[in-house]
Amino acid sequence: MSPSTAHAVDAPAPGASAPATGGRRHGRSPIAPAPATPWLFLAPFLALFGTFVLLPAGLGVWISLHDWDYTFVSHPFVGLRNYLDLLDPSSTSGGPFWESMRATGVFTASSVPLLLVVPLLVALMMNARFPGRNFLRAVYFAPYVLGVAVISVLWRYLLDTNIGPVNHYLGLVGLPDATAWLTSQPAAWVSLVAVTVWWTLGFNAVIYLAALQDIPAELYEAAQVDGASVAQRFWNVTLPGLRPVLMFVTVNTIIMSANMFGQSYLMTEGGPGRSTRTAIMRIADTGLSSFQMGSAAAMSYVLTLVLMLLSGVVFWLFRDRDAVRTRANVRTREKVRS
Amino acid sequence: MTKHLSRRGAARTLTGTAVVALGALALSACSSGGAAQREAAEFSATYDGPAVTLSYWNGFTGGDGPFMQGLVDRFNEEHDNITVESNTVEWAEFYQKLPAAVTAGEGPDVGVMHVEQLSSNAARGVIDPVDPLLDGLGLTADDFTSAIWDAIEHDGARYGVPLDVHSLAMYYNTEHFEDAGIAEAPTDAESFAEALDALQEAGYEHPFWMPARWPGHLMFLSGQWQGGGEPYAADGSAATFDSPEGVASLEWMRSVVDDGYSPGDVAQDAQYVAFKNGETSITFDGIWQINDLEESGLPYAAAPVPAVLGEPAVWASSHQFFLPHQQSPDADKVAAAQVFIAWMSEHSGDWAQAGMIPARESVRTSGVLDGTVQEPIAEAIDTMRFLPPVPGLGTIQSETLEVAVADGVLGVRSPEAALSEESGRATSLMEENLARFGG
Repeated sequence: MSPSTAHAVDAPAPGASAPATGGRRHGRSPIAPAPATPWLFLAPFLALFGTFVLLPAGLGVWISLHDWDYTFVSHPFVGLRNYLDLLDPSSTSGGPFWESMRATGVFTASSVPLLLVVPLLVALMMNARFPGRNFLRAVYFAPYVLGVAVISVLWRYLLDTNIGPVNHYLGLVGLPDATAWLTSQPAAWVSLVAVTVWWTLGFNAVIYLAALQDIPAELYEAAQVDGASVAQRFWNVTLPGLRPVLMFVTVNTIIMSANMFGQSYLMTEGGPGRSTRTAIMRIADTGLSSFQMGSAAAMSYVLTLVLMLLSGVVFWLFRDRDAVRTRANVRTREKVRS
Repeated sequence: MTKHLSRRGAARTLTGTAVVALGALALSACSSGGAAQREAAEFSATYDGPAVTLSYWNGFTGGDGPFMQGLVDRFNEEHDNITVESNTVEWAEFYQKLPAAVTAGEGPDVGVMHVEQLSSNAARGVIDPVDPLLDGLGLTADDFTSAIWDAIEHDGARYGVPLDVHSLAMYYNTEHFEDAGIAEAPTDAESFAEALDALQEAGYEHPFWMPARWPGHLMFLSGQWQGGGEPYAADGSAATFDSPEGVASLEWMRSVVDDGYSPGDVAQDAQYVAFKNGETSITFDGIWQINDLEESGLPYAAAPVPAVLGEPAVWASSHQFFLPHQQSPDADKVAAAQVFIAWMSEHSGDWAQAGMIPARESVRTSGVLDGTVQEPIAEAIDTMRFLPPVPGLGTIQSETLEVAVADGVLGVRSPEAALSEESGRATSLMEENLARFGG
């Protein structure tokens, strides 16, 4: 990615020679592009990004500062009241919101580790050579192409306490057959996490698989020559080779899990009680059913802030410690030299 | 399955709604028209202007859909200069989309919504009063039960033209009843308990599955009304579903599970599927399920919901034609829309084939219901109860009352605790709404 980008910027843009004379005043190289060139290249993307991401995000901040019911004519400015209400657990918006944030937290904490480890195991298996490998790769990825409505309605029937096949077959093999998979806790979380892992593991597995295929075989050979065991090879060759991808997968999985909505909306309807009502569900209800756009926008920003902090922690955990050390060494050397 | 599927479409279409909503935001941000007081359109009985095409929004996605489309097709055939185009979406999506679309000036020309949604949409300025239309059609309180006539009023104006009423009904498997030697459908607490015992003796282990979700809250409301209680203060100032009658209603629901007539943890839809499969003998569900049951070939019959907790009373709702507010009204379309509503009201007898009960007494007693499954239920129309016309109540109910009923039936919380906690929560939400909608 980065070499090609650098190339695009270095290359003279067609028809950019005339404005380049203006640039020479500032002592730029004669082959440097006009100042507008990179922006022109970026324009198509920026237009979409601006219209559908930046503008709504900015408008969202503005909305969150108002009592904004879009069916009403006036949207009184309320300053930070929407945020303060969220911080007050006794208010009608604060209490349920933190309940739903907690539900999102429970789901994220239980699904992310599984969604990091299980797809890795699947990818390691799929990276080996065996007959029918391509078929199995397709099988593991297959659920991911189904929509959330499809998998949720499917599993709701499969997991039904009284008429579902899961309990029926559990009973046939002599296991407890009366577990209320969707209407009691902690069974409801087990169901939601298991269904989500089944549904989305193919996506992470494919990314892992691509990364595994990028690790040079020579490294494994060299490790083998040095007498490294399978476990040592995994730990010292495979995992470091996966590090950049692992960071992407971790951040992405956390964000996806924190945005969970469809599964609990359709499978448990947020129940039993409100225990599986996630933050997104709460935001959607507030904004689109109760039309409280201001409050919903404030909730969204609180959730975004939490996710940004989490992502920051992940970036910090996965930082390239060797690279940091090298840079530090270089700096020290430069200082010594001067 | 209209109701059963009603909440599901929302997940898929959330994004779509959000986009519409965003459009509405952008528009409403710069518009300054008044939303508080809406003008009623003048009545016109006929339309002889230039050809117009009306967009007609409704939520008849279930077995009732083909019947509605049949009526629309007939209307189009009979009117050369009016073409009605139906746009049918799931109800849950409908109620999210409509306010956004109308605010953005992209609303329909005519539509149908549930009676309990009229006040919310009237208060938001999404729909216009229809008093001239009702007067012009000669529709008066005499042609309707007072419960429904009162329910279409908001702030001194009427906002809906009633098409039908639909209530909960008791469905029972006639084969099971024969096996158990039950000759007549139970009507009160005593005969209902006897029937359950007889069915169990005949070998039907779980004769009455108790749902935690839909339509559990409708059964709860029916029970509270039977006991003489009210779930909400009529002026919208407080939730009272934790009254002694409410607690008695939920305790009875839970006792059906505790006494072994129902298995525990009956999740969404399970009781209806079980009934269709002949696994349970009795179920309470909406009369809109009649066509679905007819198709299933199940030996069944329908009767009014028995008065287990006191006097006969049952939850009901009603489909209402409405005129959406127009940012820039087209007089031709408004006139044509009224002709359409008037025609539909005249032909509401044919709508009975969709399993519904015509709202107008004159139509109801004209013989259109003779021999239909819903005929015995239609006779109990005076016992039908509607939610009070309080703006925003529907959303509050699904966030509080439905959670309390589910928890009570599942045994997660005691009926009394669940109801009083959720009722308190509902009251504070209602107070906020009262302030928002200006009392």
